[in-house]
Amino acid sequence: MIFLIQLLVTGFALGMVYALVAIGFVIILKCSNVFNIAQGHFVLIGGYLGYTFLVTFGLSVWVSLLFSVGVAILLGLLIERFALRPLIGQPELAVIMMTIALASVLEGFVTLIWGAQYKTYHGVLPTLNLNLGQISIPSESLIGLIVSIVAVGIFALLFRYTKIGLAMRATAEDLQVVQSLGIKATTVYAASWIIACVVGVIGGILLGGVSGVSIPLAEVGMKAFAVVLLGGANSIGGAIVAGVILGMLENVASGYLDPLLPGGGLSQIFPFLVMLIVLIFRPYGLFGMVRIERV
Amino acid sequence: MGLRSETFHENYAQDTAIYKTRLHSGALFVFLVLLAVCPLFLSDRIVTIMTMIGIAIISVHGLNILTGYSGQISIGHVGFMAVGAYTSAFLTVHWGWSFWAALPCAALAAGIAGLIFGLPSLKIKGFYLIMATIAAHFIIIWLIIQLRDITGGTDGMAVPKPRVGSFVFDSKASFYYLVMTIACFATLLAVNIVRTRAGRAFVAIRDNDLAAEVMGISLWSYKLQAFFIGCVYAGVAGALLVHYFGFASIDQFPFMDSVWYLGMLIVGGMGSTMGAILGAIFLKLLDELVTFFGPILSAFIAAQAAASMALIARGLVIIIFLIIEPRGLAHLWGSVKAYFKLWPFSHEE
Repeated sequence: MIFLIQLLVTGFALGMVYALVAIGFVIILKCSNVFNIAQGHFVLIGGYLGYTFLVTFGLSVWVSLLFSVGVAILLGLLIERFALRPLIGQPELAVIMMTIALASVLEGFVTLIWGAQYKTYHGVLPTLNLNLGQISIPSESLIGLIVSIVAVGIFALLFRYTKIGLAMRATAEDLQVVQSLGIKATTVYAASWIIACVVGVIGGILLGGVSGVSIPLAEVGMKAFAVVLLGGANSIGGAIVAGVILGMLENVASGYLDPLLPGGGLSQIFPFLVMLIVLIFRPYGLFGMVRIERV
Repeated sequence: MGLRSETFHENYAQDTAIYKTRLHSGALFVFLVLLAVCPLFLSDRIVTIMTMIGIAIISVHGLNILTGYSGQISIGHVGFMAVGAYTSAFLTVHWGWSFWAALPCAALAAGIAGLIFGLPSLKIKGFYLIMATIAAHFIIIWLIIQLRDITGGTDGMAVPKPRVGSFVFDSKASFYYLVMTIACFATLLAVNIVRTRAGRAFVAIRDNDLAAEVMGISLWSYKLQAFFIGCVYAGVAGALLVHYFGFASIDQFPFMDSVWYLGMLIVGGMGSTMGAILGAIFLKLLDELVTFFGPILSAFIAAQAAASMALIARGLVIIIFLIIEPRGLAHLWGSVKAYFKLWPFSHEE
């Protein structure tokens, strides 16, 4: 029982990080109808940025976070301006291929700059140990949880109370109405890419602190997709709930199912199984909007 | 379109013919002859590259029918290649079948896998289908690793070379002929599939599936047909790949290759058989360029430059094509032809 609760608690913290990464994906999807396959690579870049600022430059946690977010904003601006804006109005496949190609280019640059080696900054992040009875919460998980909750809260406030947040929500609702009201759609697109980059990079720093950074970290993007599909592609609340569910399920699966199979690794394809099942039985996720198509 | 101004079509058969003029069939004949004789003059290395291009062309033809014509985007194509590859490897190694009997079975097995993983396409499309096909890839690879007794798991398995009587296809040139013959038949089949009733149904589904359904096209049947045909091609390509190397291992079927096959389609031009061929050639040659320049870059910049160059170059090429020429090389080729059709007296529209 203790084992199960332990798994659920760490799964919850992991799930919040997944949710954070997934939110970046959902924001781009809502605002500009683009499915961003490169979301996992923002996480990868975040992990390496965290390593660079924390270990190579030896900066403090908060300064590193600030610099990383700065780089993320720049990256988001560049990607939106030079890769996505020329494709406005192009078919869905072209846009998806663009984000896949972006993922490849980003991975190429990461390899070029950091050499694709395994880097770790375990222990550099501050330690916070919390014990509830017999259940201990690892420090990284707790920090991940806190930062994720704070970030999600900040973005919730941004959407609720700022002009750009209002513009983004309106664009998600109806692009043509927004344009006729004089809101520049490209500004909204740029903002959504910046936010996606920032949450990806923050998620990368958190995950890098738990398990180190190497190229496979980008596969977190895949988990974020599973989260998005489970939660419903256009629901931010759904992403958070689904992120937590998936994080817990994955932890429980790796705790109970992996010992059953000789090769293990069931937890690795677990998100994909969840994805397939959700896609077949409930394609619009738990909280997604069912779109009615008309010819 | 693209015909010289003196050409007239007087009946329906002429209008729908694949070879519309003597020039077309003549050019094809010359091309085939060149294809047949070139291993006699070229080095083994170039013949190897051309063999790999041939295998890629077979695979991309399948993806073109599935994605380019039917609009069902699949990023799990390499997974289906792996199904074909391991079916053929299992049949030839464990049951001692000949390659010629195993190849159709490999194609069939990949096609059936395509049918199974194509099922979600009946309810979902676009990004959701992409996710389902990505899931298909990882589940297939996971199964291959788990079914150690059949597939050899992560260790892989040695696969015999194809043979006819006492002749073994073990030289580079002999395998080149094998692959190119199959590639030519695959191309012929691909050109003709899209001219059939099914091919026209595929295009209708791609352009608007709801409208197609209203017109009486059974989405259920034709989407699954598209998946079946596309994956049959993948299965043949996968089987050829492992028999060429004489070894089957999951490292031959990395996930990113699915992406590059889709990239070949983008670069070549979606929904064009010519585009599938041009795209496969273009990206494979780009790879060769990277392999050639990689060590030079590594010497000057950093040790890992060669590895990163491949990713950056392929990604950038796809990005540039998406922005500048979204309809790909096939369209570019068409515009060049259209320009020279009236040359030197071309006019601006």
